[in-house]
This record gives sequence, C-alpha cells and structure tokens, in this order.
Amino acid sequence: MQKNSVVRIFMTFALILTSMNLAAKDNEKVENGGKEGLRTEIKEFIAHHLQDSHDFTFFSDEKEHKYYGFPLPVILWDEGLKVFSSSKFHHGQTVAEVGGSYYKLYHSKIYKTDAEGTINYDESHHATNEKPLDFSITKNVVSMLLIGLLMFFMFRSLARSYKKNNGMPSGVGRFLEPLVLFVRDEIAIPNIGEKKYRKYMSFLLTIFFFIWFLNLLGMTPLGVNVTGNIAVTFGLALLTFLITNLTANKNYWGHIFWMPGVPTFMKVVLAPIELLGVFIKPFSLMIRLYANMTAGHVVIMSIVGMMFLFKSWIGSPLSFGLAFALSILELLVAALQAYIFTMLAALYFGMANEEAHH
Amino acid sequence: MEKLLDQFSFGLFFWQILIFVGLIFLLKKYAWGPILKSVNDREEGIKNALESAEDARKEMQNLQADNERILNEARAERDGMLKEARQLKESMISDAKEEAQAEADKIVKQAQVTIEGEKKAAIAELKNQVAGLSVEIAEKMVRKELSNNDKQLELVESMLGDVTLN
Amino acid sequence: MTIPNIVGAGLIVIGAGVGIGKIGGSAMEAIARQPEASGKIQTAMLIAAALIEGIGFAALFAAN
Repeated sequence: MQKNSVVRIFMTFALILTSMNLAAKDNEKVENGGKEGLRTEIKEFIAHHLQDSHDFTFFSDEKEHKYYGFPLPVILWDEGLKVFSSSKFHHGQTVAEVGGSYYKLYHSKIYKTDAEGTINYDESHHATNEKPLDFSITKNVVSMLLIGLLMFFMFRSLARSYKKNNGMPSGVGRFLEPLVLFVRDEIAIPNIGEKKYRKYMSFLLTIFFFIWFLNLLGMTPLGVNVTGNIAVTFGLALLTFLITNLTANKNYWGHIFWMPGVPTFMKVVLAPIELLGVFIKPFSLMIRLYANMTAGHVVIMSIVGMMFLFKSWIGSPLSFGLAFALSILELLVAALQAYIFTMLAALYFGMANEEAHH
Repeated sequence: MEKLLDQFSFGLFFWQILIFVGLIFLLKKYAWGPILKSVNDREEGIKNALESAEDARKEMQNLQADNERILNEARAERDGMLKEARQLKESMISDAKEEAQAEADKIVKQAQVTIEGEKKAAIAELKNQVAGLSVEIAEKMVRKELSNNDKQLELVESMLGDVTLN
Repeated sequence: MTIPNIVGAGLIVIGAGVGIGKIGGSAMEAIARQPEASGKIQTAMLIAAALIEGIGFAALFAAN
C-alpha cells in the first residue's frame, strides 16, 4: 500500500514534469500575448501531444526552436521506397529533399511540396497537397516496439522461472502470474467456455497486456498516446473482428442470417440488423478505447495547463489537486479499458462459438 | 467523424498489425504456451494430490471402521461367552440343588417309612406283650379268687346282679 | 463547434451518465442483496456500462 502510493505520487509528478515546456512557454507568452495567446498555445500543445509524431521529443522550446530528443527514421512509398531521418524536416521548419522530391512536415503529417515548401489550402484550411504513403517508424511505433520487447522479456522470464523453480514463478513472475490467471479464469473461461477457450488465450493475453502497458506508458512523461490513436485501436478491433468471424460456427451465422425461433417476417427484418451488429461490435471496441484514452489525456493535460492560466495561490494548487486525483483515476481507467476490451473480445468469441441450445 | 478519418494513418495501422501479430506468435511460442502449460500442470498436480489425499482419508476411514467393527465383534463375543458361562453356572447350581433336594426328600421319605414300620412293629409287640401280661394277670387273679367257694358264689351273684340291672 | 452541437453533446453526456448511474446503482443494490454473487454482477455491470459508453462516444463523435 505504502509503495503503491509512492508510485502514484511519483507518476503524478512525472506527469507534471511533462508540461515543463508549457511553463517555459508561459513566461514568454505573458510578455507578448497575454492569456489568450497562452490559451491557444496550450490547446495546440494538447492537440500536438494527442497525435503521432515523426521524432521522439522529451522537452521542447518552440520559440527558440530547441528540441531535446532524437529523430526517427521516415519511410515513404512515393514512386519507390524512400528512407531518411526525420531530422531533415527540422521539426517542420525546412523542406526535406530526397531523390528529387520535396517533402514538408505540416501538423505531424508529411506532404509532398515543391522546392519552396508551399502548402495549398482549401476553403476550410485543410492542406490539399499530395500525401505520400507514410510507413515511418513514428513515436507510436517505437512505443509499441518497446512495449512488445518489454512484454516478450517479462513473460519469457516468467515462462522460464517455472522450469528453474519447480513449477512456481519467481521474481517479477509472482506479480504477472495472477494477472495471467485472471485473464484465464475471469475473462476467458466464463465467456468462452471451458472447452474452447484454449485457442483464444494467446490473443486475449497479448491484447490485455498490450493495451494495459500502452495505457500505462501513456501516463509516463514520455508523452506518448498510442492507445488513444484511431489507427492503433482500429488495428486491434480489426483483429478481434477477423478472429470472431473466422472462427465462428454454423450456429453463429444461423443466428445472424436466419434467426431461429421467430416468424419468417421477423427473420427477414432481423437479418440486416444482426449483420450490422457484426460490424458495430468491433467498431464500438475501437471507438471506446480511442475515446477513453484520448479523453483522459485531454482532461489531465487541460487541468495541468490550467495551472499556468490561473497563476494564483488558490487556482494552481486546486488544479494540481484535481490533476492528481484524475491521474489516479486514469491509472484505474488504464487497467479498466484493457479489461473491458479483452472481456468484450472474449464475449464475442464466446458468442461465435456458442452451441445450439434449442 | 471527419476528424477521425483525417487522423487515421495507414502506416501506423500497418506497423501496429505487424507488431501485434508478431507479438502474438512470439509470445505464444515463448511465453503463453509454456506459462499456461506449467500452470495447468501445477493445477493438475494439486488436484491429483488432493484427490489422493482424499482417497487416503477414505481408506483410513475404512480401516478405522474395520477396526471398530472387529473390536465390536470381539466385545460382543466376549459378552456372549461371559453370558453363556454365567448361564451354565446358574443352571449347574440349580440342577445340583434340585438333585440334592430330591435325594434328601427320598432319604427323608425312606426314613419316615422305616420309622413308621418300626413304630408299627413296636406297637404290635407292645400290644402282644400287654395282652399276654393281661391274660397272665387275669389267670393269676382268677385262680386266686376262685380258690374258695364263697368267693365264687359272690362273683356269680354280682355278675347276675349286673345282668338284671342292665 | 456550433451551439446545437454543444447542446447535443451535453444531452448525450446526460443520457449516458444517467444510464451508467442507474446500472451502477442497481448493481450496488444487487451486491448488497447478494454479496456472494458480486463477481458476476460486477462483470454484467461493466459490460452494460461499456455498451452505453460505446453508444455515448459514438454519438459524441457524430455530434462533433
């Protein structure tokens, strides 16, 4: 318990550390813009934080153009594979020239431009330039690789500790084993059933720990927001959708296209609704995770940002306390969303495998 | 909705699928498989151990019940034997008593019969002796009385007087 | 964000809040009545809340 609260306090401080660059900006803004400028700047900072980025930046001072971090490789498919370092963009300041083509970073996206880096806009201020296919190793990809490696080593050490320790876990495995058993006994078996749960276990365990660890990584001062990215949650939901429908049995499809036990007219009416449900289920999985994580990040960062807006002896401690409480809540949400995603995936697998009971 | 589509990055999606599917297969081979197998083995082991303990307990119970049964049987047997012995003793005593009684009764009866016989014999002899004596006495007396005539006449006369009186 | 959008988003949040609140309240009552079934009740509660939440989010994105 003691240790736990120490960790929480540490995490909260770390979170506040993330916004240190906000503080740096704050001082300048007051000089040349006042509160309104600061407000838009905080908004932009949050919007930028929520998005993926082509370099890993820990701290930045955008006025002075000082960035502390490291660039990541950019991989483009634009009439051939083009690989170069993201340092060529200079954080969107310059145009990168690769193999005769010019590219510019604008709002975290890469656009193909002319030599001067002109970006054309339509009437609603959207860039109309051509976007090359972007396979860059971005910040989120790096985070996922990191978590993947972490999971691989953690769980391999758990698997190995059984052999060394005569069937009992040791070290970090003592913490991980109950979680593995939780996924098996509380999520997989009750929802899928004793007989068929085995073939889904790898997916369920991987997705549970993957989401949970990425959610927790989002709480660290690294400032990554992987599970709050629609492409990531889309991938997770797509895999769930594919596994559900590819392993489904006759009974499942029967319930969708020709619902047993209702009049023929109702069968015809129900079929499209049920078919829609097949797509809505993974869609809601995708939206739920994305929205929860994004909302969590936005709320915490806004409240941390409020500290710099208030700048009073009452307002700042108040928003600090609020941010602290919300961070603790977010720790819970991180685990809860991983649980719900896994749980619902298991539920869908269970539905796809249900035996006829009429 | 439009914002979401705008945010969607195909590259990130591609890497995500690649990393995640790779992770599933890697972990399945190196982590989940061995972990779940070990856990299952352990649970199986615990289950077996519990079952064998239960079996042993049942056997023990059976053994105990057997012991109890044998003990009870022995006790019952002993009780029966004791009871039998007691009955035997009692019957022997009563038999002996009855026999003794009968013997005694017989002896007493015999003695009584003998005594009666003796008594009768004694009485008869006494009667005979008394009769002899009486006849002797009477003879003597008659001889004496009838030694003179006077006395004979007197007697005849008294006897005749008695007859008339009657 | 226009005014109708904001009002719509507010309505969605109210609706979802009421719904999740009712589920939570009923689950609490059920657990108080049958503490031994708390695990199952919790699971059912989370699933129902998650479904409402999903609809809520979908509507929020539509309103946005």
